[in-house]
Amino acid sequence: MLTQIEGSLAVAKTVALCRPEVVPAYPISPQTHIVEALSAMVKSGELTPCEFINVESEFSAMSVAIGASAAGARTYTATASQGLLFMVEALYNASGLGLPIVMTVANRAIGAPINIWNDHSDSMSQRDSGWIQMYARSNQEAADLHVQAFRIAEELSTPVMVCMDGFLLTHAVEQVDLPEQEQVDGFLPPYEPRQVLDPADPVTIGAMVGPEAFTEVKYLAHHTHMQALELIPQVAEEFRQAFGRSSGGLVDTYRCEDADTVVVALGSVLGTIQDVVDDLRDEGVSIGAVSLLTLRPFPLDELHEAIRGARRVVVVEKALAVGIGGIGGIVSLNVRVALSDPTLPVYTVIAGLGGRPITMVSLRRLFADAMADRLERTTFLDLDTELVERELARVAAKRRTGPLAENIIRDASAIAARQAAEA
Amino acid sequence: MKQVRIHGRGGQGVVTASELLSVAAFNEGKHAQAVPSFGSERMGAPVVAFCRIDDRPIRSREPISAPDAVVVQDATLLHQMDVFHGLSAEGFVVINSERGMSELGLDDLRARVSPGRALTVPATALSLEHVGKNVPNVVMLAALAAMTGWVRLDSVLMAIKERFHGRVADGNVAAAQAAYDNITAQLEAFRAHAD
Repeated sequence: MLTQIEGSLAVAKTVALCRPEVVPAYPISPQTHIVEALSAMVKSGELTPCEFINVESEFSAMSVAIGASAAGARTYTATASQGLLFMVEALYNASGLGLPIVMTVANRAIGAPINIWNDHSDSMSQRDSGWIQMYARSNQEAADLHVQAFRIAEELSTPVMVCMDGFLLTHAVEQVDLPEQEQVDGFLPPYEPRQVLDPADPVTIGAMVGPEAFTEVKYLAHHTHMQALELIPQVAEEFRQAFGRSSGGLVDTYRCEDADTVVVALGSVLGTIQDVVDDLRDEGVSIGAVSLLTLRPFPLDELHEAIRGARRVVVVEKALAVGIGGIGGIVSLNVRVALSDPTLPVYTVIAGLGGRPITMVSLRRLFADAMADRLERTTFLDLDTELVERELARVAAKRRTGPLAENIIRDASAIAARQAAEA
Repeated sequence: MKQVRIHGRGGQGVVTASELLSVAAFNEGKHAQAVPSFGSERMGAPVVAFCRIDDRPIRSREPISAPDAVVVQDATLLHQMDVFHGLSAEGFVVINSERGMSELGLDDLRARVSPGRALTVPATALSLEHVGKNVPNVVMLAALAAMTGWVRLDSVLMAIKERFHGRVADGNVAAAQAAYDNITAQLEAFRAHAD
């Protein structure tokens, strides 16, 4: 049913239609509305049978999810930012054990400095955790991806992370076509575990594996991801046929035909980028955009195909690999692998960190610089160099400069006050 | 596309207002995107929320920097920040106040925008009268609807009834109707004066 609804609520309602049996969760902004809504649905009986377990931390949330999934229950949780980091040890266990847990990550920056706003630092830090990672561009896609995620996770017996931009999507109210229960039931069969803790048929799960077989277990995890490269487009296509709209998949191209410049990005910023692409195409500029919908497994062949023929690639990413800025960011490093011509310029653009708005004006300027090939290999979009210079000058002038974040925000408010006075 | 920026203070229902505006537009078959400006919201602190309305799907998620309309739920914000930042000459302004634009010291603004596009409405007084509480947010939406015609009053009232129930819904509907009539009367007086 077409509904004007908050992203978090749309996801919660869609997850409920997937009939999860156990939801262990710990609230953290900007994920909170999702798990609040699910707990209310369990309490009211709207979501039944389901046990919502209030845990005391994210580490417990993932640990309980592992136990529930191993016992054969369809299991869901959600987190963000520091919460994701807090569950990391258990995260690797979930994937290593092959437990098909589905988790929403409401993408948010990682501190310090503490910051509640959106970027992709959290999920990017877990790109090699063995979880499948998918990134939603809109709330419709976020909701739809959860239905697909349970299918993919359970078919491959491996966990799936659905990443949606915190606040930008979780707190945005827009129209979402929520599926009907019968539709979801027809698409998502009851969970048939590959392994289950059952007193009537006892097994142990989680054996210690030594050098004689550890490599093989890891190889098989990689093999599962390679299978996911086949399965994810199939599930997206089946979804399109069953629900009548396209969501998910590996990559999606937008006006890339004969594009000299191709912009690659993930998540909700693609909407803004597509608007800029339309404006530039109207002006006769040869530019297109590629949505990276799945980051893990990395869709090398599909991306290769999407950027084939481009004269340059601009990767807009909301995370920073500190210390390797000159060569490329996390996503760009992956994109480079998909190049057929290694000399092709790939410009890394670090944007939207900690909630900094990514505006159409800035993107236009950025793309113009890229098309003139006057971008550095790594660009920090809308970097305030005055703030940076001030701190560097302090550091050069004396030893005890004090805490960095405090210095910077003091300067930022002084500059803002000066600009207000000038205006 | 029409872009609306709503200013108020924590606790006044700024975020709810942007959401209900989007629901009103949705009720007319339009596309709408409501987003709060995200921060550590506290009671009384300045809060901003945005709403985009269009006949086509809305893809951009940049913050609204050049609004087509500004709604000010709390006139004390006028002294605290430039709530009209980025507003075009064709833009609309509606401010919650029992005083007129001149009394608020906003003759410059009134001269800057097209005639009849910067008005005040006593939303707090109307909400106190009809709802029994200082909740000017949905009252202001009805005023905006009267000024701009971007959404119809009945769509706003439908959004109110979907969101609230019982006496709160009835009170808000009455207050919204009163605000709509108030603006309509101002605009009629304005036109009569212009003739």
